[in-house]
Amino acid sequence: MTLSFRTSKGGRIDRAKSVKFIFDGKTLVGQAGDTLASALLANGIHLVGRSFKYHRPRGILTAGSEEPNALVGVAKSAAAAAAGQSVPNLRATQVEIHEGMVIVSQNRWPSLGFDIGAVNDRLSPLFVAGFYYKTFMWPKSFWNRVYEPFIRAAAGLGKAPTAPDPDRYANRYAHCDVLVAGSGPAGLAAALTATRSGARVILAYEQGEPGGSLLHDVGAQIDGRPAAEWVSAVIAELAGNDRVTLLPRTTVFGYFNQNFIGLAERVTDHLADPDPSLPRERLWQVRARQVVLATGAIERPLVFPENDRPGVMMAEAGRIYANRFGVLPGRAIAVATSCDSAWRAAFDIKALGGNVVAILDMRTDVDPALKEKARAHSIRVETGCTVTGVKGTKRIEGVRLGRISGDTVSSAGSLACDCLLMSGGWTPNVSLHSQARGKLDWHADKGAFLPGDPVQAQRSAGSCRGIDGLAQVLADGARAGAEAAQAATGNAVDVPAFSASGSEVSSGWWLGAVPHDRDASRVRAFVDFQNDVTAKDVKLAVREGMHSIEHIKRYTTTGMATDQGRLSNMNALSIASTALANEIPQVGLTTFRQPYTPVTFGTLATTSRGDLFDPVRRTAIHDWAAAQGAAFEDVSLWKRAWYFPKSGEDMHAAVLRECRTVRESVGIFDASTLGKIEVVGPDAAEFLERIYTNPWKKLGIGRLRYGLMLNEAGFIMDDGVVGRIAEDRFHVTTTTGGAPRVLAHMEDYLQTEWADLKVWLTSTTEQWAVIAVQGPKAREAIAPLVDDIDLSTEAMPHMSVRQGHVMGGIPCRLFRMSFTGEAGYEINVPPSRARQVWDAVFANVERLGGCAYGTETMHVLRAEKGYIIVGQETDGTVTPDDVGMSWAIGKNKPDFVGKRSLARPDLMATGRKQLVGLLTKDGKALLEEGAQVTAEADPAPRTPALGHVTSSYMSAAAGRPIALAMIANGRARHGETLHVPMPNGAIAVEVVPPLFVDPEGSRLNA
Amino acid sequence: MLLIHCPCCGVERPEIEFRYGGEAHIARPMQPADLDDHQWAEFLYMRTNPKGVMAERWRHVHGCGRFFNALRDTVSDRFIAVYKTGEPRPDSATASGEGAR
Repeated sequence: MTLSFRTSKGGRIDRAKSVKFIFDGKTLVGQAGDTLASALLANGIHLVGRSFKYHRPRGILTAGSEEPNALVGVAKSAAAAAAGQSVPNLRATQVEIHEGMVIVSQNRWPSLGFDIGAVNDRLSPLFVAGFYYKTFMWPKSFWNRVYEPFIRAAAGLGKAPTAPDPDRYANRYAHCDVLVAGSGPAGLAAALTATRSGARVILAYEQGEPGGSLLHDVGAQIDGRPAAEWVSAVIAELAGNDRVTLLPRTTVFGYFNQNFIGLAERVTDHLADPDPSLPRERLWQVRARQVVLATGAIERPLVFPENDRPGVMMAEAGRIYANRFGVLPGRAIAVATSCDSAWRAAFDIKALGGNVVAILDMRTDVDPALKEKARAHSIRVETGCTVTGVKGTKRIEGVRLGRISGDTVSSAGSLACDCLLMSGGWTPNVSLHSQARGKLDWHADKGAFLPGDPVQAQRSAGSCRGIDGLAQVLADGARAGAEAAQAATGNAVDVPAFSASGSEVSSGWWLGAVPHDRDASRVRAFVDFQNDVTAKDVKLAVREGMHSIEHIKRYTTTGMATDQGRLSNMNALSIASTALANEIPQVGLTTFRQPYTPVTFGTLATTSRGDLFDPVRRTAIHDWAAAQGAAFEDVSLWKRAWYFPKSGEDMHAAVLRECRTVRESVGIFDASTLGKIEVVGPDAAEFLERIYTNPWKKLGIGRLRYGLMLNEAGFIMDDGVVGRIAEDRFHVTTTTGGAPRVLAHMEDYLQTEWADLKVWLTSTTEQWAVIAVQGPKAREAIAPLVDDIDLSTEAMPHMSVRQGHVMGGIPCRLFRMSFTGEAGYEINVPPSRARQVWDAVFANVERLGGCAYGTETMHVLRAEKGYIIVGQETDGTVTPDDVGMSWAIGKNKPDFVGKRSLARPDLMATGRKQLVGLLTKDGKALLEEGAQVTAEADPAPRTPALGHVTSSYMSAAAGRPIALAMIANGRARHGETLHVPMPNGAIAVEVVPPLFVDPEGSRLNA
Repeated sequence: MLLIHCPCCGVERPEIEFRYGGEAHIARPMQPADLDDHQWAEFLYMRTNPKGVMAERWRHVHGCGRFFNALRDTVSDRFIAVYKTGEPRPDSATASGEGAR
């Protein structure tokens, strides 16, 4: 195919450099500097996609990031496409083509030209506003099985890539005095002014080339030279200043609190063969002292019947394609407008050799100078004339004309054309001002919402605040840049003056539906192209009772597309206000939110994925366990050894062996992850007295006590063994996952309620590695290694702690305690020496026939003894009495955190769930943790469960599966038979006390 | 992301260094046992949840570790004042806005 739509001259593309790319399997040629949209248009292609709901053929509407129709899937190369590495939903107007790029159109099957889903278009009377709410309500059971799968298959836009994202993403934090968003005339004037004052400036712009409208305003002159040359000079000056950061292809996507700005920089998408050291995209998080928003204005579509057909395009987009890319959007181009600026498009296209068949202006009072210029260009002009429909579906063949007379329109024949450029005037782009929580003021004379007083340190400049005319926009940009720089730096700032010529001020605008002479019930005029919302839908929403623009938006989905209504909002609002017979500012405008345009997940995640998603904490013993082939489990951020399989063992076999070994001889366990807090000070005992349920004042030095901690609502929050090291010093342990929470809880009370207490809290979790040695031979395993502590039961009974040394001088705190029901020790040593001690203890353990065990075995062993795990047996609604731990409450204490709540009626009520043991009647079935427990085997629907299974394991010691459960009135049910209903039938269980091994506890004191 | 002025460190730091601590000036009763169930429930669960200026607790958890109080406007998300635990709530109309900006 020849590039027959390319102009013979002009444009900013590199005509010497061809670029081959693939679109829907066909190889096409563009030029370096083309966007995908301009390259397709150069090949005569308008039809690029199918619409979301009706699958209507759609063409390229705009030349910017607001593009609603031309969304495509892009792969970097054929190889990447074959590997499933592609990006869906990119706007063809933003994609810069490079050699080998593979593009697919979206939302069509089997092909763009013939699409089965287009039947939706014929059925459109069914798919009116609120369709989803109305249609899929009944029968209820159809939702999961029929409606949702169908809708998911039929709707949606692009296809998600099938392979993991191979690209790298990076992020950067930055500070600046002035951040300028946009590189059009206002943005450049602002950046230049701020830079010359000495301010640190970041200039971010969406496109690959800076300049904005100056790149296609070919007649414009600034300071006596062509505008594009002025742009180059300004950029050269900015680039030469090391206080300026220029960010091309960078979208200011989010304006957050206190001038925290999110930028998405597309670093390599435009390159065929990028430097592999570069990330694909980069997230910038900028704290700017001052911000200048120079985001321009967006041309508004005219809402006439069939305005969505390929070949219908925004007038300024047509001008951009002609002037900047050297592409004529058609062979016979008509212009429909209510605004002067579209006339410029006609004149420029004509000057480039294009065929402009007519200018159709809805107004009757058009500036005579424009008419004179049209006559000079030999362009037919019709005023008081509008378009009332188009001919052609996949590409327009002509338009119907209507003569406007007051409120009525009469047919005025038709006009053959293959491209229609339309303009309803300009909508100032106030998205970022609105994101920054700035209010918007309605200006009836301009038919526009303009930025009101800013809330944050920002100001708008240029056409985004309704300024028109190049000289005025440049002056406004310079003013904004000077104000921002002065506010940020305190320096006095010179405001440069720019002279400008050759760029006309535009007037005229239209809001809402365009009148026509067609049967209103049969034609559709689109308001929101991407979401297929028509003028009729908006009116229907009003008829059905939606009176707030927020409701109309959600009911019709207008403005909910990726452009967030930058194209559609004002027309929708105008139609709604007419239907409601209310003024536009009373109907209101929806809020613009972050992100300005879609941002990839990769950019937001940056490096936080895979191994870097979360920090990983490893103990000093980790490498040893890994070398032993341990399986690991994640417990909060820690990696904990789960079990140590020997060759041929599965988890089940390994855990049974480890459990048996601990009970028969000895096991060694890495308990280093336990939270540890050193509580020190003259009031330390008093502090613990208030924080824990237990009494502490009489705990002897060198003794341990199990501590139970409640929140103020009376529910169990954490537990752990606490040792008294000295009169004023306690070694507190917490659960692995609860350590930060417990320290924060303690600090909260200490700092804000009991500031008079002299207590200091220090996290020592990482200062002590903990080696647990448990089992009948535990003492034998450690005795040869202990330097200076008498291990006899008389000298060091169960629940005691001694400070001393192991292995010739390694300081240790030796705890005699048990979480297994066996006699045991926990050796606390500095992590730097932990591996040395571990290796020595392990050698003894092995010699005694023992083994290392992991967290699963630890869980089984404690469950056999009925010891709870906070967070497994408890869930934030469990009191000490519920788990049979009333014994842990100091009866004579006047107060502790949670005490008053334990006296609340609900917490003392009968019928609360209580901790019990469950044994399956058949002695074989292993219950599922979380399973509900009921009184009947086959309870009637909606019968409340009595409780649920909290822990369930195969127990080597009991020789059968055991389980713990929280059951209503559980302690009164010992001996009762209950049921655990499962998909394959209920399992009968007997309620027993939660204690399966050594009920007397004699093994602890061995 | 908010910038928060820590009155203990005397510096402004990003929000991620801090943890929110709920409404301020809710003192734990000295003798909880003296409160009836209704009074205890009021202390435990009832908060003012104002639209507008709110006195709230923050903790500079990844800095000095201290709790402090702040006046923040829940509508505009602006800090009006920050002050140390134990100090009285400033008058929001005359607060200097030290923690703001």
